[in-house]
Amino acid sequence: MSKRRVVVTGLGATTPLGGDVESTWAALIAGKSGVRTLAGDWVSSIPVSIGAPIAVEPIEVMDRVETRRLDRSEQFALIASREAWQDAGKPDINKERLGVVIASGIGGVITLLDAYDVLKSKGARLISPHTVPMLMPNGPAANVGLELGAKAGVHTPVSACASGAEAIGYALEMIRNNRADVVLAGGVEAAIHALPMAGFASMKALSTRNDEPEKASRPYDVNRDGFVLGEGGGVLVLEEYEHAIARGAKIYAEIAGQGLTSDGYHIAAPDPEGSGVKRAIEIALADAGLTTKDIVHLNAHATSTPAGDVAEASALVGAFGDEISHVTVSATKSMTGHLLGGAGAIEAIFVVLALHHRLAPPTINVDELDPAVKLDVVMNVARPLPAGPIAALNDSFGFGGHNVVLALKSYEGK
Amino acid sequence: MSLSPDAVLAGLKEIVEEVAGIPAASIELGKNFTDDLDVDSLSMVEVVVAAEERFGVKIPDDKVTELATVGDAVNFIVNAAK
Repeated sequence: MSKRRVVVTGLGATTPLGGDVESTWAALIAGKSGVRTLAGDWVSSIPVSIGAPIAVEPIEVMDRVETRRLDRSEQFALIASREAWQDAGKPDINKERLGVVIASGIGGVITLLDAYDVLKSKGARLISPHTVPMLMPNGPAANVGLELGAKAGVHTPVSACASGAEAIGYALEMIRNNRADVVLAGGVEAAIHALPMAGFASMKALSTRNDEPEKASRPYDVNRDGFVLGEGGGVLVLEEYEHAIARGAKIYAEIAGQGLTSDGYHIAAPDPEGSGVKRAIEIALADAGLTTKDIVHLNAHATSTPAGDVAEASALVGAFGDEISHVTVSATKSMTGHLLGGAGAIEAIFVVLALHHRLAPPTINVDELDPAVKLDVVMNVARPLPAGPIAALNDSFGFGGHNVVLALKSYEGK
Repeated sequence: MSLSPDAVLAGLKEIVEEVAGIPAASIELGKNFTDDLDVDSLSMVEVVVAAEERFGVKIPDDKVTELATVGDAVNFIVNAAK
């Protein structure tokens, strides 16, 4: 039996570049940076004072009472899901065939840390009864599932910075395996807080270019010095192809395959050989029925760390060989910063829109391309993609050695 | 310290509006927290803790379940503050 095909019929996001998909995509194509100097009295206590907060605060688009019962990451999930569900035309489907898979890298860490401050200063009696539902990492998925009444299953993959992409892969399998016809899939993160930032800073993972926030996230540039922590998230409505056709849904693109591997190498450092990434690409292509010849675009994981960007670039050359010459590579974290568990989701949205609009987003701040990066990087200005059937990949990797590669195909009306 | 029922009702209205988003004007003595005002069990805990802080009284957990209506809560707090 051939695999059930899975297409994308709705998109939603709240990111450092915009409060929805349209404004985010416009800023992305224009090459705008979402990185800025952070506000907050804690900022002076850590060595990094820059980040990429979301462009539109949840309180501007949500009810006040709702916000006090939801962790910030849960607020992002609901905002993105509401947009995606609306965009998909709010399909009236059997709820036993509706699933939700929304990931988070860390979960409700701001709720956890704030509650601990209350516990220490005021005692247990003043701990909010909403604390546990707010801090649990499955909270974003659970709240979206609750709002939509989804009954096919609500899930939360956790694989650090690969989580958002893994969620989309999980949703792909839910539909292929006939557990569901429609699944909201994505990832969110809200971790711009002193403690997670101090932890990443201690690993020397964050850029310390505090004086030039908009220049700090610079994947592939010789002078990159670490990633910039962002927040936000994205949600895609994945739908079985025949189901989408039957209701006349707008189809953006097809999620054609995925490749999942693990490095078995180090808890945080990338495998310099990149064999796990190479295998993930090969598995994703085979799963999608594609070859390296078909791929015209790739949204790289490229976080702007000195080691990670080169390791990924080398693995790509290893996987593609000479075929890498026709792959335009975009590192959109140069504009959004790194959304951790939300990264794979918003970047999958960017690949969907790149295929849909035939336009590869730029990689900003590449003043001097690292000579070790032997890729056709879309430097500084967006670049058109060819007409006709095309395919693209989305790379996402996470601390722990998780590798997720998604393969997407343009939708050609059949 | 003694509290007037009117003062307690006014304070409770503010608390319930803050916690549950219910307009103060719709909060009356005869309203049931669960059935009329849609205050769920988790939010009720928030209301109780906020009321304890505001009125300087103790509302034991085993009494909370007996506070079905806004009037029940006002009476309990007024008596506890005497």
